[in-house]
Amino acid sequence: MSERFINPAVSAVPPSAIRRFFDVAGTMKNAISLGVGEPDFVTPFKVRNSAIDSLLDGETSYTTNAGIQPLREEIALYLKERFGLSYSPHTETLVTVGASEAIDIAMRALVSPGDEVLIPEPCYISYGACAMFAGGTPVYVPTRAETGFELTPEDLERCITKKSRVLVLSYPNNPTGGVMPPEKLAAIAEVAVRHDLFVLSDEIYAELCYDGFRQQSIAGFPGMRERTMVISGFSKAFAMTGFRLGYLCADEPIVAAVSRIHQYTIMCASRQSQVASWSALRQGRENGYAEVVRMRESYDRRRRLTLDSFRDMGLPCFEPRGAFYTFPSIRHTGLSSEAFCDRLLTEYHVVCVPGSAFGSSGEGHIRCCYATAVDKLMEAFERIGAFLEKLKQEK
Amino acid sequence: MNGEQRRVLDLLNEDCRIPLEKMASMLGMDTRELAGIIDGLERERVILCYRPVVNWDKAERNLVEAMIEVKVTPQRDFGFDAVAKRINSFEEVRSLYLMSGAYDLLIQVAAPTLKELAQFVSERLSPLETVTGTSTSFVLKRYKQDGVVFDQPDADGRLTVSP
Repeated sequence: MSERFINPAVSAVPPSAIRRFFDVAGTMKNAISLGVGEPDFVTPFKVRNSAIDSLLDGETSYTTNAGIQPLREEIALYLKERFGLSYSPHTETLVTVGASEAIDIAMRALVSPGDEVLIPEPCYISYGACAMFAGGTPVYVPTRAETGFELTPEDLERCITKKSRVLVLSYPNNPTGGVMPPEKLAAIAEVAVRHDLFVLSDEIYAELCYDGFRQQSIAGFPGMRERTMVISGFSKAFAMTGFRLGYLCADEPIVAAVSRIHQYTIMCASRQSQVASWSALRQGRENGYAEVVRMRESYDRRRRLTLDSFRDMGLPCFEPRGAFYTFPSIRHTGLSSEAFCDRLLTEYHVVCVPGSAFGSSGEGHIRCCYATAVDKLMEAFERIGAFLEKLKQEK
Repeated sequence: MNGEQRRVLDLLNEDCRIPLEKMASMLGMDTRELAGIIDGLERERVILCYRPVVNWDKAERNLVEAMIEVKVTPQRDFGFDAVAKRINSFEEVRSLYLMSGAYDLLIQVAAPTLKELAQFVSERLSPLETVTGTSTSFVLKRYKQDGVVFDQPDADGRLTVSP
């Protein structure tokens, strides 16, 4: 009835496939969830305390649109120190409400109706939706477990047309945990320059890499700075999801354009979240990012436990070197990823997310997040093992 | 203490009941290698014992607990160690620390009844030659011990599924 009032561009975007699992899992008391997409750590104490101090000091007004200057300066220092990137804190840095806002306003600033947005798949669910809200057309570029879920120049070029305008890069990747080594990034950079693509590089998991790997930013490759927007935030590495604080950095004209949307729609991110994020970076710079290191070491231990457990139960799994997800293959069971997760949830009360929720390239896989207490992980693996045994006997 | 030993200690300190082979997985070690490191730490008495943190109120074993601040006269050639050794030998003593500040030793004691605890202070601790004064404070409620918060719900406040 009232549907006729809705913008067709919004109606065209299907609801998140994850939602249904959330509703079912919510009704089960003993369900163990490997379906979360956030850290299981509480935000470090000193960071929380700085937000409290800010409130007690009566800092309750708006901030400048771009975010408080000390935070932008810390972001610029952080990107320089950790990733070798140089951005002006005055004109090339914008503080946003999570990396999610940055993705949205970047799409709106860069994509015109009819433009194609290249998105390696499986991928985080927002990219395609935001491209469509902006009037663009998402074009999904498949990646595969056999090639470490890396984006290959060949696959990318196959999908490029005259309408291609933006490439989204998201490494370390949600949902696969895949990373992009420097030589592979260099090859993608070369394609981006040749086809005059703009790159949205979502680097929210950049701090969460393992086995000595460090994820470089494509913005640091020749010819890329002017055509790249680095998007990141505090949710994952600093365990601050509820603070909703992110940022973007790019060449001045690009930041000026996205700032225009930000200033009319958001005004500014929460002041307390900005102060807390400033505190997280400032303390990190002073103590060698001790809290980030502590959490990363803990994720790494659980990553190893998860991979060994999958190997023991005969569940093939690509070895992820980033984020806090594993993306094992369930193809050999003959079930679709959705059917597998449905039965795992209803029969064994373990929540995993079907790979198909992250695009058709994710079919045949399930996403398991290992940012969960070790005893719960071990219990979940027992149940998954029992489910696989049952499936074997059914065959 | 090398890096490997530190990693093992960190994990044991988090949860020492994880099965050895799982712990080896988590640390990227061979199970025998890990067992060797733990043996070494136990032999060198870096690891002294493995015990649970118990909420005795819930276990319905009522003990009277107190913290006693003790002033002592250190002994020539032995400092505080000789008197500490003597106090250690009392079975009521749970923990004993040498402190900076207004007093010298802090003793954590526990006894089945208030009377027994009072007897410990008046008949065993205070009469020691080197003890010059005590101040006893009783534990009324335990909120946190060894980093573990008591009466904290075991609930994960996160959404069950999120993108």
